Amino acid sequence: MTDTTHIPIAKRPLKWGRVMDHSILILGSLFMLVPLLMVLQTTTTTDIETIKNGPGLLIGDQFDDNFMAAMFKASGFSGENTGMRMLMNSMILGIGFAVGKIVIGMMAAYALVYFRLRFATFAFWLIFTTLLLPLEVRILPSYEIAQQLGLLNTYTGLIVPLIASATATFFFRQFFRSVPEELVEAARIDGAGPVKFFIDILVPLSQTMIAAMFIIMFVFGWNQYLWPTMVTTEEGMYTLVRGIKQITQDLEGTNVPEYGRANMLALIAILPPVLVVIFFQSWFVKGLTESDK
Amino acid sequence: MKRAGFATRWLPILLLLPQLAIIAVFFYWPAAHAVQSSFYLEDPFGFGSSFVGFDNYTHLTSSSEYARIAKFTLLFTVLVTFFSLALALLLAVKADNVIRGAKTYRTLLMWVYAVAPPVAGFIGLLMFNQSWGPLTELARSIGWDFKLGVNFDDTATAMVLVSVWKQVPVNFIFFLSGLQSIPKSVREAALIDAKSSFRRFWDVTFPLLAPTGFFLLIINITYALFDTFGVVDTLVKGEPGNNPMTLVYKVYVDGFRGNDLGGSSAQSVILMVLVLALTVFQFRLVERRIHYT
Repeated sequence: MTDTTHIPIAKRPLKWGRVMDHSILILGSLFMLVPLLMVLQTTTTTDIETIKNGPGLLIGDQFDDNFMAAMFKASGFSGENTGMRMLMNSMILGIGFAVGKIVIGMMAAYALVYFRLRFATFAFWLIFTTLLLPLEVRILPSYEIAQQLGLLNTYTGLIVPLIASATATFFFRQFFRSVPEELVEAARIDGAGPVKFFIDILVPLSQTMIAAMFIIMFVFGWNQYLWPTMVTTEEGMYTLVRGIKQITQDLEGTNVPEYGRANMLALIAILPPVLVVIFFQSWFVKGLTESDK
Repeated sequence: MKRAGFATRWLPILLLLPQLAIIAVFFYWPAAHAVQSSFYLEDPFGFGSSFVGFDNYTHLTSSSEYARIAKFTLLFTVLVTFFSLALALLLAVKADNVIRGAKTYRTLLMWVYAVAPPVAGFIGLLMFNQSWGPLTELARSIGWDFKLGVNFDDTATAMVLVSVWKQVPVNFIFFLSGLQSIPKSVREAALIDAKSSFRRFWDVTFPLLAPTGFFLLIINITYALFDTFGVVDTLVKGEPGNNPMTLVYKVYVDGFRGNDLGGSSAQSVILMVLVLALTVFQFRLVERRIHYT
């Protein structure tokens, strides 16, 4: 997404407007960035230093130790919630959620757009309604149902209920509708069946859309908090974001709070989705802003 | 629906099946369950439940605590929405102006999108630490004795600040892409007609951004109502006490801590109705949405 609509403003005698623009942008960037830098700084110093002075300018040499502690040391009773384990669970949730949503969404959207279905409108509304109510609103009954189905502390229970809103379906429906009619006509003349058309023509055409969706859904899944907090009670099933709750409570303990380890875990929880968003910026922005139409 | 669709009978049904099955089990069933439980008084020890009609609802409407939390939620929503929209608009207009470093600014201003709300809350806890938090020290330097988790207003301030920090990037991305889709000819005409950049913004840019703004308004209200759960939960360290809380947080506290399933379900239903009303409102707006092409 390169910006081509810039018009160089005619040279004005005073350049202070430009200086003003940059100052505001720099202040805004600092507002976003400084908290993260402070967290980063505390992961390089000893806990004692942090407890005494808080975040400062001193860059210590504790980064490796804190990293090791965060990744391989467990807090809690079972000793299972190491950073490594939580990172793995977060990955499973992020990727599983994104893949599940895309596969199910593409299939449903394909059925709605390319087939003559008698109950298409009804199915559409059934699916559409799910966009209206966030999971937070129906959290308690969802939990009870997951419990009845024996899905507590399972990856299925973690991922599948989150897929029950049809954002991806809508997105792909919009996209499929913008695909030229001629393609499907040509495919039919060539004797391609619905399955062949989908796999050989539609999926390759949707590559960019799939990538954009994957990024958005991965970040969304990774960052889920309330649902994982409810369905995972075993420490071996914690995700990083869900682990934040426990980390916060650990810091409240009476012993020396392990700020280095805790803040490192927070960083590890932030890093993967942030990197994905930064690296695939253009896809991500495209996916996000095109899904509102 | 394409003109030249496939006429296969069983395939579309098969394709829709996974989506419909998940929605039925994890969306319609829990939603129906919530509506049903809201008319019952459930025994906290699991010895059955009795039908009480609208009692759960009348309890809520006559409860001064619920009214207080609803009021706080309203204020919180207004503040978060206003500040995150205003700040993002300012930054987007400036980022659209500058040529040098535009990409860097964009990255610096949007990465926070990928930070999970509870992790944002965790960073907030560090910033407002009682003994050495940088923001606590800043507040002290202007004579404000900031006490997170003790003083109601201070905790509320921290909640609003963290929620705004987390929400600015989304609004920034949408405003920027809205600005960049303004046709070149319009920009050139504005440059000729309006001398001051201030006038140009209010007479040309701002009205052109209105559709994006309306869309974002709904998005932000939904965010402040539901997605801030993680921020609230982390900042109060899971101990609601006398701290400020939002309506969604109360659904969780009453249902999971207080075991008041009927009351919690009734609150869920109230929130569902609220979201539905918002959505209807949004659609009415979208219908009248003016497209400048």
